[in-house]
Amino acid sequence: MGIRFILMVNKQGQTRLAQYYEYLTLEQRRALEGEIVRKCLARNEQQCSFVEHRNYKIVYRRYASLFFLVGVDNDENELAILEFIHLIVETMDQHFGNVCELDIMFHLEKAHFMLEEMVMNGHMVETSKSNILAPIQLMEKAV
Amino acid sequence: MALSGMRGLSVFISDVRNCQNKEQERLRVDKELGNIRTKFKNEKGLSPYEKKKYVWKMLYIYMLGYDVDFGHMETVSLISAPKYPEKQVGYIVTSCLLNENHDFLRLAINTVRNDIVGRNETFQCLALTMIGNIGGREFAESLAPDVQRLLMSSSCRPLVRKKAALCLLRLYRKNPDVVNVDGWSDQMAQLLDERDLGVLTSAMSLLVALVSNNHDAYWSCIPKCTRILERLARNQDVPQEYTYYGIPSPWLQVKTMRALQYFPAIEDPNTRRSLFEVLQRILMGTDVVKNVNKNNASHAVLFEALALVMHLDAEKEMMSQCVALLGKFIAVREPNIRYLGLENMARMLMVTDMQDIIKRHQAQIITSLKDPDISIRRRALDLLYGMCDVSNAKDIVEELLQYLSTSDFAMREELSLKVAILAEKFAPDLSWYVDVILQLIDKAGDFVSDDIWFRVVQFVTNNEDLQPYAALKAKEYLDKPAIHETMVKVSAYLLGEFGHLLARRPGCSAKELFSLIHDKLPTVSPPAISILLSSYAKILMHTQPPDPELQNQIWAVFRKYESCIDAEIQQRAIEYLALSRKGAALMDILAEMPKFPERQSSLIKKAEDAETDTAEKSAIKLRAQQQTSNALVVTDQQPLNGTSPVGPLSIVKVPSMSSDMDAGDHGLTQSNGSLSEMGQHATTPDLLGDLLGPVAIEAPPSASVQSEQNFVSDQEVSSSVVDVLALAPAEELTSAVQPIGNIAERFQNLCLKDSGVLYEDPYIQIGIKAEWRMHHGRLILFLGNKNTSPLVSVLALILSPAHLKMELSLVPEIIPPRAQVQCPLEVVNIRPSRDVAVLDFSYKFATSLVNVKLRLPAVLNKFLQPASVSMEEFFNQWRSLSGPPLKLQEVVRGVRPMTLLEMANLFTNYRLTVLPGLDPNPNNLAACTTFCSESTRAMLCLVRIETDPADRSQLRMTIASGDPMLTFELKEFIKELLVAILMTSPAPAPTPPPATELAIPAAASTDPGAMLAGLL
Repeated sequence: MGIRFILMVNKQGQTRLAQYYEYLTLEQRRALEGEIVRKCLARNEQQCSFVEHRNYKIVYRRYASLFFLVGVDNDENELAILEFIHLIVETMDQHFGNVCELDIMFHLEKAHFMLEEMVMNGHMVETSKSNILAPIQLMEKAV
Repeated sequence: MALSGMRGLSVFISDVRNCQNKEQERLRVDKELGNIRTKFKNEKGLSPYEKKKYVWKMLYIYMLGYDVDFGHMETVSLISAPKYPEKQVGYIVTSCLLNENHDFLRLAINTVRNDIVGRNETFQCLALTMIGNIGGREFAESLAPDVQRLLMSSSCRPLVRKKAALCLLRLYRKNPDVVNVDGWSDQMAQLLDERDLGVLTSAMSLLVALVSNNHDAYWSCIPKCTRILERLARNQDVPQEYTYYGIPSPWLQVKTMRALQYFPAIEDPNTRRSLFEVLQRILMGTDVVKNVNKNNASHAVLFEALALVMHLDAEKEMMSQCVALLGKFIAVREPNIRYLGLENMARMLMVTDMQDIIKRHQAQIITSLKDPDISIRRRALDLLYGMCDVSNAKDIVEELLQYLSTSDFAMREELSLKVAILAEKFAPDLSWYVDVILQLIDKAGDFVSDDIWFRVVQFVTNNEDLQPYAALKAKEYLDKPAIHETMVKVSAYLLGEFGHLLARRPGCSAKELFSLIHDKLPTVSPPAISILLSSYAKILMHTQPPDPELQNQIWAVFRKYESCIDAEIQQRAIEYLALSRKGAALMDILAEMPKFPERQSSLIKKAEDAETDTAEKSAIKLRAQQQTSNALVVTDQQPLNGTSPVGPLSIVKVPSMSSDMDAGDHGLTQSNGSLSEMGQHATTPDLLGDLLGPVAIEAPPSASVQSEQNFVSDQEVSSSVVDVLALAPAEELTSAVQPIGNIAERFQNLCLKDSGVLYEDPYIQIGIKAEWRMHHGRLILFLGNKNTSPLVSVLALILSPAHLKMELSLVPEIIPPRAQVQCPLEVVNIRPSRDVAVLDFSYKFATSLVNVKLRLPAVLNKFLQPASVSMEEFFNQWRSLSGPPLKLQEVVRGVRPMTLLEMANLFTNYRLTVLPGLDPNPNNLAACTTFCSESTRAMLCLVRIETDPADRSQLRMTIASGDPMLTFELKEFIKELLVAILMTSPAPAPTPPPATELAIPAAASTDPGAMLAGLL
């Protein structure tokens, strides 16, 4: 079981952050992002947060204009991933203070640092917000 | 909005953002790439800050979907920067841009290593993370020991160790040898004592990866996992930062329960009890709350607990509780819970005895088939498909057919395939099957693949009773004004082949049938026209005496297509015309199709192929595999009440996907190959090939196309061609029969259980059900024909050893299609012996003769009855049986290592009663049992095993009974149990026992010297 990729995509379908945990070529990434964005963005609030795609699942959640899409193996615990997305958002909130699409866009490196502290090779490393943010805060103090 | 520390990067990002269209964006990106390229070229002038900035720009461009084919070197070189900010960028961007096989990674290996062994823990973290994400084999070999050391080091802080755990997981995946199983299992267990939840979360992922490959080595982790669950779910003993909406780390709970699902069973009763206590608490204590996040998190835990309960085969009561919960979930409004309820209910189907309880929810599940959400509809479809069996097939298939007309396009193909498979697998009678498939083609022709209608044709061809019915149905559909092309094909084919069977009905004369078919010709495509032409030729042949008017009509059609641009159609038209002028000779060549050889339904194969694997074997799949091996297939289905000549399809189980099954198909494909060499254009795929192959018998060698006249006059040539072709497939088929599953393993399973499958191949399945009473036994052999045509020359002989009296009731020589016959076999045990009875079974199918010799599970332990004696009785008896030959002692070496508990379980499984506490030494084990045979009557046997905790590979055993032969046989029997690796759990044995290990004790038992040594 594991996370295959984490995507953050806005309403218009533009990718704001992409982190893959299995190697895909650029063409494969482009095709995949196109397909799943089309699939997930068309869904409404009354539908569930899971979409089956090829031989894996996408667990997604929408926050205002931003969609968080996480690709996982079929036997992964879907609700655990759904709440893990929320944990990512809460962590970013804590750092940026009411995080928005632009924060992620213009602080690409910080978003990457945070994800790096939370997920490694498709597995969760840390779920405590203060532990996740500690290295980033340390760095900011140093600057 | 606070801007990033790197101004240039922010400017670039907002430039891209302000682009009006994709073209502008491309221009801006190209400009930037050019800029970066020049900067990198004169690298000398670049400050670390600038380098860092450009590398981030590259990552951003890459994320937008543009190729970045340079600058990798610069990125990798940042890894060796002395300062943290640059180093960090180097590591992170490298793991985003490069893959594990990239050459540049090798350049960094030394730096990475230095960072790992160095003292700076932030550097350690960076290096571990990158290897954890993209490290390959090379890294695994050179860095694994260092990573292991960090993970186990007491001086390392948790922030390093949690990364080391996942890094090791990656290295283990790349090269499993880096983790030495023997040494590592203790360390893994030790890791689970960790207090820090970050380290524990990572360690649990590592454990999941390790046990999914080899659970045997990690037994000691089970109690630890249970304790972690207790700590989280019961004691809530977790730091505040790790509780999520009041729930102690839901992710760690989920992961821990997942790890437990990779163990086939949990044997230690204490651990099992504590685990069930926690699970029960989770099942009962999860309430629906207002807060979405809390609700999701608690249900994540709940669903994982459900999965674990199912896996552990809990008591029926707890299972029913689970189904009740799931039943509640599939009816709630919350779509996520509804989806998961359906998904987990489908998993529940794999638990034995649960199907009936699940069936109660059928109505609700059917409602979900109409849910507005496609994800939910898919789950409902899957579940209905899984729960379908003979009892509800009609309802479910009809429901699915109805749904087909309104379902979305994305699902229709899958749906059609599933309907076709269910109809085939569970048809109560074959005419229903034909009805369903024709309806399917009618409603969703576009989504019905050729395989589906080929299969109908095969069934109809192989079952004479079905032919008039199918032809009539075909005619009814052709009467409709607009029908799908596939319907035209199948109807034309059926009417061509079997239309003459309807001749006496009104409106079904050859002429009427022809015009009915011919009406459709203008509407169909060339492949269908070829089929129509064949069917005209058949109609012509069946019209005896010839009807000149019809003949002229058909000839006119053939002539018209003689000059058709499509080569296939042209060839058929020319040849049919020539052949049909031959009059009587036509009869032989265009005779009815021979029966099709049986093969696995290509549909089922297709459905199985569609299920693609994920990298890691999931626990559920593993379980499914374990279950197929001991699935009891026998169903008590009454034969139909005479009206239908076809037996019920009750024995058709889901054929497990096995490469053996392709054998039949394979032979055929080859035979098609030989056909096409003879001049037939086999442009159509495999199945169409062998469907139309024999029709195309009339297709002559290519030479005759050129000189048609010559061919027609030369009768001999054509008949020899026919002979060759007709024989070819038959010869290909012999020796293609391979058993499904492992025969030895099945036998071994049956030695422990009283019902199950003894043997299976593509044509037949032999099941056994046994009852044992004292020294009598009654076995019932269930012989199930899996085909649509009969098995003949069935012969069953029992080769019984001298100590068993066996009587098999009459086995019929023919087993009708899809039928099952039951043959009782009476067994009487005369005296103790370990010899095994053999069933010599043979049958003929088509031209292949199959003969197998199968060991029958009428083994010594079946005549044992668990006995219970008091301590006093045991010792009295023990003392009275003072020495050889009534009491034998032997030191057994080469025992497979097992704990005393495992040994006790093994004994219990073989009906020896273990008497705990009887022997004061905790390393010893005493047991007793009663053996029944005609010569000994019921006789008490006593067993004592003395083990050496320092060396588990040897033990001393003492067996005592009132009969010398019994004592000896029982001793040898138990010895075999202890030495050979018999499967006590349903899990597939990881490796077969090495032959040498088995051979040594066996030799010892026949060697008088060794025997004597044993007795002393």
